[in-house]
Amino acid sequence: MVKVNGKELDIAGKTVAEYLASIDYDPKRIAIERNGEIVFKSQYAAVILKDGDSLEIVSFVGGG
Amino acid sequence: MIPTKEEWDKALEERHGKELQKAFASAAVAVCGLGGLGSNIAIALARAGIGRLILCDFDRVDITNLHRQQYRADQIGMYKTIALAENLKEIAPYISLEIHTERITEANAIILLKDADIICEAFDAAECKAMLTEAVLSEMPDKYFVAASGMAGMKTPNTIRTRKITTRFYLCGDGKSDAADGLGLVSSRVMICAAHQAHTVLRILARQFEI
Repeated sequence: MVKVNGKELDIAGKTVAEYLASIDYDPKRIAIERNGEIVFKSQYAAVILKDGDSLEIVSFVGGG
Repeated sequence: MIPTKEEWDKALEERHGKELQKAFASAAVAVCGLGGLGSNIAIALARAGIGRLILCDFDRVDITNLHRQQYRADQIGMYKTIALAENLKEIAPYISLEIHTERITEANAIILLKDADIICEAFDAAECKAMLTEAVLSEMPDKYFVAASGMAGMKTPNTIRTRKITTRFYLCGDGKSDAADGLGLVSSRVMICAAHQAHTVLRILARQFEI
């Protein structure tokens, strides 16, 4: 299981890109942290989610 | 009459203590975007005695900015970089300012921000916030980055908070309240978020890294 923003999900084995394609996040408005490190956009297709990973998807909203 | 540099430094040292004031005075902090967040962040940091601010914005002061941004009516039409530099010099006459009146992109961020120890993201658009986050954290991994997301509207101030995402990346805001929804930005709630960002900068300089 992979923890995503606090929820346990059965997505181990998928790449970050595959997971993002299955959900409703705009990749242009997010940053992703995995086990304390940022996953950069160039790595989305290569990084494979592992059992026990903890992922946080930071979603930016407008205003400043 | 404006106090001398020595009087100024002494007053800040008495307030913050010698060691902390030295950390503030020797720091260079970049503020990217000089709207409701950025203008308030810059003023808080200037008052605290930060030695050098790097101010970046391509835009001019507009009448619709004045309900929340730290400009004056007679500054409408001026570049925000120049108007804010003028206001900061009145507040803290000995501060060192570097201004960049251009749009920050993935291509120029590393050059414009190279001298900063800490970078504050204070843009308006979500895509620009995400772009700068990616650019700073991937290209400048030695710098601290303090971003903001979610501070619009009239909701309770108590949901605005600071989170530590990685060792170098702090995020302030409620994470949800989008300026595109409902009322838009309200000065007091934006100031709270800006104060979170400015305070996070000061805490990093004080080496208080945990939230």
